[in-house]
Amino acid sequence: MIYEVFRRERQGAAMQHAGSIAAPDGRFAEIYAREQYGRRGESEALWLVAREAIEELDEFVDEFDLKYRRVDGYSIKERLKEARAAAGKNP
Amino acid sequence: MDQRTEAFLAHVQDGGVVEAGDWMPDEYRARLRKFVEMHANSELMGVLPERDWILRAPTLQRKLALTAKIQDEVGHAQLLYRVVEDLGKPREACLDDLIAGRSKFHNVFHYPTRTWGDVGVIAWLVDAAAIISQKALLKCSYAPYARIMRKICWEESFHILHGRDVILTLVTGTDAQRELVQEALDRWWEPLMMFHGNPIPADEDPMVHWRIKSQANEDARQQFLEGYVPQVWELGLTLPDPKLRRSDDGVWSYSEPDWEKLMAVVSGHGPASAERLAFRRLSRAEVDWVSRTVLAEAA
Repeated sequence: MIYEVFRRERQGAAMQHAGSIAAPDGRFAEIYAREQYGRRGESEALWLVAREAIEELDEFVDEFDLKYRRVDGYSIKERLKEARAAAGKNP
Repeated sequence: MDQRTEAFLAHVQDGGVVEAGDWMPDEYRARLRKFVEMHANSELMGVLPERDWILRAPTLQRKLALTAKIQDEVGHAQLLYRVVEDLGKPREACLDDLIAGRSKFHNVFHYPTRTWGDVGVIAWLVDAAAIISQKALLKCSYAPYARIMRKICWEESFHILHGRDVILTLVTGTDAQRELVQEALDRWWEPLMMFHGNPIPADEDPMVHWRIKSQANEDARQQFLEGYVPQVWELGLTLPDPKLRRSDDGVWSYSEPDWEKLMAVVSGHGPASAERLAFRRLSRAEVDWVSRTVLAEAA
């Protein structure tokens, strides 16, 4: 069995992928993961996930150019200038 | 070269990376797998010269440090065999090939460790030479390998300090202890000079072409000489090469190592090759019942 190992480096940090281990079952996976990713106190928590339980999604197509969801979908500079000028004329 | 391969090559040469599940040309996969497998073999075989000295370490502190270093190296072998497995070759097949002499491991692990001085020279200088290659591999185009190298380099850093500490203790000790270091250094210098391989130019090296490696062999050796020869000399130790010298432009010259001898050593004809492989065969046979029991229980 292949287990993917995630580790939290310090409290408050996100879990990050650390690597993987091969182990015959969960008991061995736990021992191997402790030795491989925790023996120098470099992790404060580990997650072990059987590789087959992971579902990977890796295509993110923006077919409809959904720019209004993003910061770069808005260009307010010109219009702000215009608005300020208009405000100057009508105090 | 077909279009897909050309695009892949352009991608990696341009600094792009490859993940385990990505498509890759057969040549890339084969070269990468062979390279990482040799690296894994080297970590695994590299503990045997040091293992010989666990029982003979001079103090408890040294024994514990040496044991910790050995655990690190075996751990590195485990991590690297995982990378090889994801490239399509099972670990069992790697170990079968290793003990049958069908695959290689690094030249420095084909030599005997005669004295405690050897342990110091290995931990200091062999590890220093290895770290230079390993740091360059942080830029490898194959991302799972590069990520594992980060962990390996982090762990290796204490090994060099441990080695330096052993050496400093010996050179500040009795005449006999100092002699121990000098004698070990004299024997280890040739394999150390061979360590980074023949000076094949980077643009002719297929490993550089595919950006599996990013450093030319000679650059690695020059970096090693620049970093470590002055450190050896400042301790009043000598190196057995009358041609060894740094020119004003910072390039080191040295006596050309015998590259045919290097080929012979890494293909299993080094002074300790047969003994080391025999030991690995023996321990594999001895622990076979453990893996059979564990796998049967898990099934």
